[in-house]
Amino acid sequence: MVERLRRPIAALGHRFIEGVWRVGAVTRFFTLVIASSATSFQRFRLVMREVYFTGVLSLVIIIVSGLFVGMVLGLQGFETLQKYGATESIGVLVALSLVRELGPVVSALLFASRAGSAITAEIGLMKATEQLSAMDMMAVSPMARVIAPRFWAGVISMPLLAALFSVMGVFGGYVVAVVLIGVDNGAFWSQMQSSVDFRYDVLNGVVKSFVFGIAVTVIATFEGYDAPPTAEGVSRATTRTVVSSALTILALDLVLTSFMLRGQG
Amino acid sequence: MERTTIDLWFGAFVAAGFAALLVLALKVGNLGAERANQTYRVDARFDNIGGLKVRAPVRSAGVLVGRVAEIHFDNKRFQADVTLALDKRYTFPKDTSASILTSGLLGENYVGLDAGGDDKNLAAGDRITITQSAVVLERLIGQFLFSKAQEEPAKKLPEPPGAPASAK
Repeated sequence: MVERLRRPIAALGHRFIEGVWRVGAVTRFFTLVIASSATSFQRFRLVMREVYFTGVLSLVIIIVSGLFVGMVLGLQGFETLQKYGATESIGVLVALSLVRELGPVVSALLFASRAGSAITAEIGLMKATEQLSAMDMMAVSPMARVIAPRFWAGVISMPLLAALFSVMGVFGGYVVAVVLIGVDNGAFWSQMQSSVDFRYDVLNGVVKSFVFGIAVTVIATFEGYDAPPTAEGVSRATTRTVVSSALTILALDLVLTSFMLRGQG
Repeated sequence: MERTTIDLWFGAFVAAGFAALLVLALKVGNLGAERANQTYRVDARFDNIGGLKVRAPVRSAGVLVGRVAEIHFDNKRFQADVTLALDKRYTFPKDTSASILTSGLLGENYVGLDAGGDDKNLAAGDRITITQSAVVLERLIGQFLFSKAQEEPAKKLPEPPGAPASAK
């Protein structure tokens, strides 16, 4: 009886300790990446190559989904605003929700599943095939050669991708609201410009996406670096990257938003 | 060869990203002409500012001439102390009046300036003395009901049966 009770409690405690251990390990990993990132700026080509793989190749998914999200916002917002006879405010609705929230968050989620999972799988496989150990043997630090360039590439790409997402979303909202439905063009843009503030809305969105970029790439590289060197281990690590980056992005978004909205209005 | 194509893609990507940020700043945000202009600040006291917020527009004849910079509560006079940042390109006579208006039926509050006839112009730090508070809908309804109730005894409406007789 005691044994039957003890086991689930012990398992729960084990998972908790495991979670705390991972947080500590991620923090140590993060400081190691920062400490060994000098080479990635001396040899910036390494970072550029990774920006190509994580940023440029994510462009299609970011642009297309930004366009669709903006169009859906335009349609849904029009339906609701029509009830209040305020359809001209559709520009404000689309722009504010994209610039403040959807741009950084959705592009970070897409980035995590498109690029983060790839980073984890690549590093995990490098570890499983002992490429990282081989680098160590040749006195090449895998931290500086493999991990840090991928980290900085993600940090550089993320704000740019989020900005592109927001712009495409605003354009999608414009297409639906002005071109298809027929909201007045001037009112659409002027109301948008009078309520979207550069510092409070646009720059805060950039700050958010910057933080998300750091979080996603740290999680992705850590999971890859920490993956058990087996096929199953790499696949599990990839899954964990997507799940924990998504949760981290959404939790960080709540924290950042609550900081940013303070003192306004 | 492979490296140069990556250079090209990197450059194109970063350029596109910064172009997007520029579009967000200029086309979507309000980092346009009005930000670049210099402003001067004038104060105005209002009995009630309604739903006026910091960064709300200041309009004269419907044209945007500035923004609300600060709103404080003056604890000695029990009034709202509103600081307006007006565009340096526009000057107003000293006896200009400020009123808090609403754009549309349910729109946002803004400060409307009506120019007076004084020879001297408002300078930085001056105070607009003639102000008109925001119209609070509840008070408007209250006043309407009050005035209606005063008209009532003259008309002598038939009272519903069973109701207690009125005082008059």
